[in-house]
Parts: sequence; C-alpha cells; structure tokens
Amino acid sequence: MSDMQAYQRYFISTSQPKNYRTRSLVLDRPLAEAQPGQFVMIWLPDVGEKPFSIANADPLTAAIAAVGPFSEALCALEPGQPLWVRGPLGQGFELKGKKHLLVGGGYGAAPLYFLAKQARARGEEVCVCLGARNQAELLLAEDFREIGCRVEAATEDGSAGQRGLVLEAVRAALVDFPAQTLYACGPKPMLLALAAFCKDNRLAGQFSWEAMMRCGIGLCGSCEIDEPTCDAVGLPHGWLTCKDGPVSFYQPA
Amino acid sequence: MNKVSVDLTCELAGVRMHNPLVLASGVLGTSAALLERVGACGAGAVTSKSCGPEERAGHPNPIAVEWAGGVINAVGLTNPGLEAEIPTLIDARERLHAQGIPLIASIFAPTVEDFGRMAAGVSAAEPDLIEVNISCPNVGDEFGTPFSGSVESAAAVTRMVRAKTKLPIAIKLAPNVPNIARIALAAQEEGADAITAINTVPGMLIDPYAGRPVLSNKVGGVSGWSIKPIALRCVAEISRTVSIPVIGLGGVSNGLDAVEMIMAGATAVGVGSAVWQRGVDVFAVIAEEMYEFMAGEGYPDLASMRGIAIR
Repeated sequence: MSDMQAYQRYFISTSQPKNYRTRSLVLDRPLAEAQPGQFVMIWLPDVGEKPFSIANADPLTAAIAAVGPFSEALCALEPGQPLWVRGPLGQGFELKGKKHLLVGGGYGAAPLYFLAKQARARGEEVCVCLGARNQAELLLAEDFREIGCRVEAATEDGSAGQRGLVLEAVRAALVDFPAQTLYACGPKPMLLALAAFCKDNRLAGQFSWEAMMRCGIGLCGSCEIDEPTCDAVGLPHGWLTCKDGPVSFYQPA
Repeated sequence: MNKVSVDLTCELAGVRMHNPLVLASGVLGTSAALLERVGACGAGAVTSKSCGPEERAGHPNPIAVEWAGGVINAVGLTNPGLEAEIPTLIDARERLHAQGIPLIASIFAPTVEDFGRMAAGVSAAEPDLIEVNISCPNVGDEFGTPFSGSVESAAAVTRMVRAKTKLPIAIKLAPNVPNIARIALAAQEEGADAITAINTVPGMLIDPYAGRPVLSNKVGGVSGWSIKPIALRCVAEISRTVSIPVIGLGGVSNGLDAVEMIMAGATAVGVGSAVWQRGVDVFAVIAEEMYEFMAGEGYPDLASMRGIAIR
C-alpha cells in the first residue's frame, strides 16, 4: 500500500560534509527508476519542502547546501532521523556519445555526479569542469576523481584550478578531450554562456535549469522560464522547469 | 456502424469555441506565455489563475502533491494583484485571439465589494468572459466560508459583479453544499451568464509515518479522476435546474470523461489536473478522443449529446 502515499519516508544513513556549508545526505535505500538530472521534493513536516537534485540513486543521495532555514534543518539531521521524499520528478539528462563533458557551477555539481557514475559504469570517458567562486565553494571534485573522471576546476579568485569562469576551463578541456556532448548544471548566467558556446561550436548540449518550484508536477506555473531566456536558448515559451525540464536539450542542426 | 463527420464547436454565453475544452483556473494560467501555450496545445478556451485585489504569495510548500486518486492542492490563491494582472491579461488575450481562442479571466475577492472592484478592474483587459471564483476551499483561515456556501452570499456576489461589468460572467461553485442547484439558480436570477462547476473537493491527506497533514495548509482541494462522480452529479443537478450554460469540470482526463460531462448537461468541459497526468498536450488528445467516440457512436455535434443522460 506504500504507493498510496504522497511521500516515501527515508532515513539518514550518513551525513558527510562536502564543503564548508554543503553536506551529502546518504539515505537508507534507493530511489527506484531515478535518472540523473531528475529531482526530488524533500519534505520535513512542520518545516517545509524544497526541490533537490539527485546526486545518487542507489542509495538515494542529495547534496544540500545550507543556505536557508530549510536546508539548514536538513543539514542538521543525524543518522537514523527521517525525511520524506516525492519523486523522481522531471526530465533528466540522457547520455549521448562516448565522451562526455560535464560542467558544474557551484552546487550544480551534484546531479552531474550521478550522471558521471552512470557514464563510468558504461565504461565511457568523462571530463568534469567545476566552477566556483573560490576553493571553499568547490564541490565533489574528489568524488568525481574517485570514479575515474578527469577534473578541471576554475575559481573566480584562482584559489583552486585556473582563475576565471568555468567556460575557460571548458575551452581548455576541449582541446584534448573531444567531447560529443556537454552536460551542464549551475546558475543561469553560466548556462546562458554555455548554451551560446555550444551553438557557436556546434556541440550538443544538455542544460539543467534552476527555478523556484512549488508543485513540482507541472500544474502551478511557478517554475516557468522567462521568455527572454527561452529565446536565448531556443526553448518554447512557457517552458516549465519541473515538468519540461529541469534538463533542456540542444542539438546542432 | 456508419462514421459521421463530427462538429466539436460550441458557444458559451456568446463566446465561440473550436472545441468545448477549457483550461481550468489555477492550472498553468499564471502568465501570457503559459496561457498561449495551452491554447496552442488544443484548448478551446483558457482560464487565467484567479486574481484578487492584492498580491498574494500563497501558502508555503507543500502546496500540491499527487496521490492514488489524483491531486490535492492548497496553493493559497498565489497571484500578482489586480494592477499587475491587467497587462498580463491584455497580453494573453492578444496572443490567444491571434489563435482564435477566447480568454476567461478568473477573479476572487475577500468581500462582496471587492468582487465588484475586481470585476470592474479586469473588464479593462477585455477578457471574453469573467469567471467569478466564489469557491476556493483553501483560504478559509483568512476569508472564512466561501461565498459559494449559501444561496444568499452567492447571490450577493453575483449581483455585485453583474452591476460592475457588461462582459459575460460565469460563477464558479463548490461541490460541498447541500443543494448546489439552488445556488446556481440564484446566480442565474442575479444575472450570471454561465455556471462553472465544480471547484475542487475539500479534503485532507495525512502522512501516517509523519503523523501530520501533508499540505502546509493542512486541508486542500481534491482534484483528478477520483472526484469525477461528484462533479457529474453536481453538473447534472445544475443543468436540470438552470437555463444558462454550464462549464462542467472535475476529474476529466480523457475523451469519455468529457463526453460524460456533456451528457450530464455541460456546454463546455474544464480540464485541470489531467495536465499533470497526461501533459499540456492533453487538450488536443481529449478533443481527438471525443471526436473518435462521437464519430463511432453517431453523434454529429455536442448538442446531440448534451444532457441526454439526465432527461
């Protein structure tokens, strides 16, 4: 009868610090049929509910940056404590080709870890470009290396990897890593720059967008991408992040 | 069985529609782009999300979840307020009219006087019809019992709105009343041009492991296939009683559901939660399913089916 319930209860197995404000919450069992790039809504009764990308499906894992009251409450959970999940929701990434370039900005690295694991399980090559303001903000670099990914970092202050925006790391990586598809998750300006880059370089791209989500099931309209952004990246107007996305697809003609 | 050609067009309070399927208020009606998209996906008409006098953030999450019987929601009338809504409605109306699709503007208000102000206000955007939402089940803590709860209060709102606009008006009713037909009749007597029925059914989900209601508002409105029998009963009772047209909705997710709503007496059919189930393209799909049924069963047009189940 568990499928009669709106939420599935999970328990924290471990809560691992990943940077100064981000923890990886590893839960007690898998999330069935989850794809990289999909998301879940996590609910704490009497506290709230927010969307989080899936960093791993088996066991279900989410990377939580403590940036507000709800995420702080999640980060304060200890092993054995419960949280509630609905999902997986939305349209995820789809691995295309054999050489994959993953680009993560800030905590956009989380869903890419799940994608990288899937690609590596297929024996395919993965290069990950991670962008952050500084070394302390970098996320999951060691985790990517552990599963056999090449990792290039770019920080705005030069405290880790090359100084500058992640786009520069992408350009540098492509010189000797001829990827067939670029997969990106991060803040909107980064995605807009990468979408333009893919268009200019005729490179297939998949972009995971962030938005305020309320219902998460394509009814309330809260997570609509604005029309100028849609125009800039070739999405139809009225594109819903929760249902049409979070991942959008660009294929050069 | 001979196949016949089928006409899905209908007219509702003077508004012409290429098919009877109306996007229900509260689903994807939050922007001109989304309303335009639903129009392009085959809806015969679209309804904007209910707008009130002032901006409202709505309730905190969780505001909507799916469950075995459909969806339950308590969004809490999130809206930008009248002033900000008008340019959105004008933009939406222009885009929709370019597609030949009418725009229905939904309004709500905390008082009878404010309903008058809202009706006058949105009339400036010249929607094809104004839907008067007197039946939102999710703001009782702030607004008290919905105006749809009694003949007197429904009549008072209808009278006020009628006095403030020349545009056609539809009054949206709640199912959880002792005699919905009496309320519909009162609305007709006060000058309503149509009835929309039903709003969501007040309900509650509890997570037994949390020992808590699922929605932050605790209670919400149930929609989706589980409420279809309730909606059909309400539409049938209203249709037997009033002479104005009815937009029938509640649990319509396929062509046969829509046909049943017409057979219960509805002129047009609202579609809401089915967007969650079957995607935004559901309108064209349901229209095709209606067409197939009608062609197969020998119904040439909607009038030939309308109300046949309640005669």
